[in-house]
Amino acid sequence: MIIRGKVHKFGDDINTDDIIAAKYLVSTDAKELGRHCMETIDPKFSQAVSPGDIIVAGNNFGCGSSREHAPLAIKGSGISAVIAKNFAAIFFRNAINIGLPFLESPDVDKINSGDIIEIDLAAGLIRNITQGQDYKTEAFPEFLRDIVEEGGLINYIKKRAEK
Amino acid sequence: MAYTIAEKILLAHCGQKTIKPGEFIQADVDVALANDITAPLAISEFKKTGFKRVFNKNKVVLVPDHFAPAKDLRSANQCRVLADFAREQGIKNYFEVGRMGIEHALLPEQGIVLPGDLVIGADSHTCTYGALGAYGTGVGSTDMARAYIDGKCWLKVPASIKFIYKGKLGKWVGGKDLILYTIGKIGVDGASYKVMEFCGPVIDKLGMDDRFTMSNMAIEAGARAGLIAPDAITRKFVAGFKRKPKFYHSDPDAVYEKTYEWDLTKLEPLVACPHLPSNVKPASSLKNIKVDQVVIGSCTNGRISDLRVAAKILKGKKAAPGVKLIVFPATQKIYLEAVKEGLAEIFVKAGGVFSTPTCGPCLGGHMGILAEGEVAIATTNRNFLGRMGSPKSFVYLSGPAVAAASAVTGKITHPDKIS
Repeated sequence: MIIRGKVHKFGDDINTDDIIAAKYLVSTDAKELGRHCMETIDPKFSQAVSPGDIIVAGNNFGCGSSREHAPLAIKGSGISAVIAKNFAAIFFRNAINIGLPFLESPDVDKINSGDIIEIDLAAGLIRNITQGQDYKTEAFPEFLRDIVEEGGLINYIKKRAEK
Repeated sequence: MAYTIAEKILLAHCGQKTIKPGEFIQADVDVALANDITAPLAISEFKKTGFKRVFNKNKVVLVPDHFAPAKDLRSANQCRVLADFAREQGIKNYFEVGRMGIEHALLPEQGIVLPGDLVIGADSHTCTYGALGAYGTGVGSTDMARAYIDGKCWLKVPASIKFIYKGKLGKWVGGKDLILYTIGKIGVDGASYKVMEFCGPVIDKLGMDDRFTMSNMAIEAGARAGLIAPDAITRKFVAGFKRKPKFYHSDPDAVYEKTYEWDLTKLEPLVACPHLPSNVKPASSLKNIKVDQVVIGSCTNGRISDLRVAAKILKGKKAAPGVKLIVFPATQKIYLEAVKEGLAEIFVKAGGVFSTPTCGPCLGGHMGILAEGEVAIATTNRNFLGRMGSPKSFVYLSGPAVAAASAVTGKITHPDKIS
């Protein structure tokens, strides 16, 4: 799977309250949540996102609450993938479970807001089209790749239950 | 092979002969907990799968605590989803308003979580149960939906980090100060994907409530769990519950990724300043920080001993003019104890609100939202930007002693200045 989009850059420790504030957790609708994605730290974020755009962030992305509304809000805002230096553990599993593509990369500091990048998830490759650079990163372990490729945890379990 | 407590519990739940950090396992859970924010999503995912019954109605727990008693129509609808699902599935561990408490105080109190259990909760503070020597870990709603189907959860076995606390704790220093100190030292990602194991002479003497406070905030260092080995204090706490606990202890030669050892004899009451729980300073070093609101309660510090500490300071005193003092015991049982012991009266006479249990104020849900420019000191667990309301408000975190003292003076205050 190749994902291509414009970069929206964020810093370290972007927490789940930043991604979607608790006051919006009266909905489970991705589109509605998406309209308020990142509102606390960047009120214009959802308007600035074009479908397919990519979030690039620093350390510990998604720390804090277990709210799956956070990756859902990101998906609902039109963001197609997230790249960070590393992810907080619960956000990591939520993103896998709902099938939000993401990659960990030590090279995020080289990527700028507005850059056009391409991600090859299976190969663990990030291609910065704007800067003409490639960043190699680790592909997912097989077990996690299976879940993402089958469209999330529920499909993965259903498939195995049918066998 | 030598194992840590965490590894022993995970091993006992995954049907394998051995286990090692980094490995993916499919574990059988003893308790699958969700609340009024996370359960509606889990239930709708579960229903989409076509499965009709949850794997075991006695292992599913539903607690409407975040926006309950319902703060508005949409919250009411979400709470309703839990009530309907509980009825339809015959789930007895559903706690209606009036019997409800903040989940992580309620489950141990009711004997629903016991030492040795593997608990998944669609709430990040599920790590609280580590205080009992249970492996509690936060997951998402889809994880919960999957557990409803087959009672399992995928987990990556974490490596453990050992924290040894030595010395003699000073007056007013408790579990909150220990965990804030720890997070201040290692940072908000200092135990990312790891298990924190708390031990040493200080922990040996620490009461159950303070232990819950410590384990509760393991997630604030990024940890998957925050474990304390069960001992006589744990045994006393769980004595009398129907289900049998299992007491696991780390082997002497168990492998830890890292060990920290601190002497905390000189530790002062601490405060985490905006906007990260790791931004920790001694309360005495904070001069002239005016507060508009003081919140005492939550899954972190809403237990009876927390209320006793706060009441000791507030007895016969008033909250400073302009300060909103909000005290919310974590469960109905604690509420009643506070009434019987006269603590509720102390809070009300001090000019404070004594609220029904709810997570409300902690996450900016209801019952005490901060306006633009307002400052709160809270015994809760997160001080992220906008956590308790306006993105232009400020949250300081502390234990109940500093919070109560600050209510009296109207600015962040070391409790020694009051009593």
